[in-house]
Amino acid sequence: MNLEAIKSEVEANVPGCRLEMVANPSPSDQHSLRSDAEHAVAVAIVLRDAANLRFDFCSNVTGIDWPSREVSEKVKVKKLVDGVEQEADEIRKTVVPGCLEVVYHLFSVEKKHGPLVLRMRTQDRDAGVHLPSLTPVWRSAELQEREVFDLFGVVFDGHPDLRRLLMWPGFVDHPMRRDYVDPDDYEYEPTAHDEVPRRAQQHRGDAGGKQLSEAEGG
Amino acid sequence: MSTAIVPTAHFDLEPMSEPGKEQLLELAMGPQHPSTHGVFRMNVVLYGEQVVRLKPVFGYLHRNHEKIAESETYLGSMPYTDRLDYMCSITNNWAYALAVEKLAGIEVPERAEYLRVITGELTRLQNHACLIGFLMQDMGSSGTPLMYAFREREKILDLFESLTGARMMCNYMRFGGCRADLPAGWLDQARKVVADFPRFLDEYEQLLVSNEILMDRTQEVGVLSRELAVSAGISGPMARASGVDYDIRKVDHYSIYDRFTFRVPLGSHGDVYDRFMVRLLEMRESVSILEQAMRDIPAGPIVDPRMKVRGFRPKPGEAYGRIESPKGELGFYLVSDGSPNPYRYRVRPPSLINLTVLEDLCVGRNVGDIVAILGSIDIVLGEVDR
Repeated sequence: MNLEAIKSEVEANVPGCRLEMVANPSPSDQHSLRSDAEHAVAVAIVLRDAANLRFDFCSNVTGIDWPSREVSEKVKVKKLVDGVEQEADEIRKTVVPGCLEVVYHLFSVEKKHGPLVLRMRTQDRDAGVHLPSLTPVWRSAELQEREVFDLFGVVFDGHPDLRRLLMWPGFVDHPMRRDYVDPDDYEYEPTAHDEVPRRAQQHRGDAGGKQLSEAEGG
Repeated sequence: MSTAIVPTAHFDLEPMSEPGKEQLLELAMGPQHPSTHGVFRMNVVLYGEQVVRLKPVFGYLHRNHEKIAESETYLGSMPYTDRLDYMCSITNNWAYALAVEKLAGIEVPERAEYLRVITGELTRLQNHACLIGFLMQDMGSSGTPLMYAFREREKILDLFESLTGARMMCNYMRFGGCRADLPAGWLDQARKVVADFPRFLDEYEQLLVSNEILMDRTQEVGVLSRELAVSAGISGPMARASGVDYDIRKVDHYSIYDRFTFRVPLGSHGDVYDRFMVRLLEMRESVSILEQAMRDIPAGPIVDPRMKVRGFRPKPGEAYGRIESPKGELGFYLVSDGSPNPYRYRVRPPSLINLTVLEDLCVGRNVGDIVAILGSIDIVLGEVDR
């Protein structure tokens, strides 16, 4: 089914929703629709229930982390050099703010079509990581949204049972984020020729920490 | 229109001291329980023998496969996909190869497609045979059905070993084809294994299908409605046992499955018995596909000669590729930023998503039925926890 047609069908049924087509340059030809968070549940219900869409099978739910990045571009500016106007190159740097993106792959069991890729973006990666949960629309999102919450830190409002799925309850960070740093408090094999003993010693610190003997490779 | 089907809220295992709840027993089944097929735990609340609540606990085998794959090259993750569902390494390879081929637009030569179908369907045969064996073992039929299945599996694993060098961790597919061509005499040996397989199925059916104890323990147990199956994203034999006519081999027309005639068995009750029967019938169809594929396999190259092995960098973009693996819909979602490593690498694990409805199936049944229901879902913890 044509993505343009799906977009206009949804827009006709959900007044005020802001849908955006996201082109995919790869040969897979799977383009996606990005919805705003506010109307996402209404959009999902239309996608599921509209008679000619019937995307009743939410196959895959996952997250993508987009950290903020710096984009530099060359621009020509006019400058006054010794009283004469000259054209010169200047590198202008802009920071593209980061966000977390959640991707849903929808299929239709009834109509046998798909995939439709539905995306949502959080405002940022710190405080504004809230998105509406689509578990009330498709039950298959239940465990997968828990996984995205666990590994990426997206908070799904309206999820009936939002807990960590794979990491343990006391764990604090989100391992699938690009800037995640491994903890260094692991047990180590006492071999003298790698970084492990030094990092373990650093972690223990000087105060009260046991100094590594030479036999342990410290 | 279907209404929302929402799960129940969470509970923690703790002593229940509230008045009126003294009759309830809380039980942690697993993680070290032989019937959980690995390290999987269920927190169960029982009233007598009856299940009142059940919450699965995941993560005992978690090693963040996806993060590791993002720091590897595309090809470097291929052997690691074997370790997802370690019963079916070849179909894991296939799903990953398919996703990368979609991402980079790679063609697969005809002979390689036949090799993929042959090895993939052999994988399905051994997975289904063993799953039925495990299910019987879980329900207390000690030994016999499982050993029958393992006897057949051994023959198929011998074929894998002579083709790929490994019995279980096959690492067989490459982007745009397969890694090794058939050794001399392999097809004859495979034809013999496949020709003997229906005899094993007859024997298996005779042993199990109308067994009174089996029927008593599985019929009307763990009933999954068609509506819930679709909403919860249940795929594979488990969905088809509930009457969902959805086989990705037929729907997506991937690879060369259009060339073979085979039927898709459907159940009508959605209970444990139907799940068992659908798998039994699927094995017959796989045998039929195998016979056709081994009859028609052409000569030719087994890998796209234009495919670059070193310095493989797909253009920026993304792709979702999925196949009908023995467990259900196995998908890989890849995002490329033009570098040699995937920017995002996601496995859509059928085992995990099929567990979404575990509580719905178990509530109201006896504690002994949990084991049968879990066995009929067909999970491998390597894939559930990744």
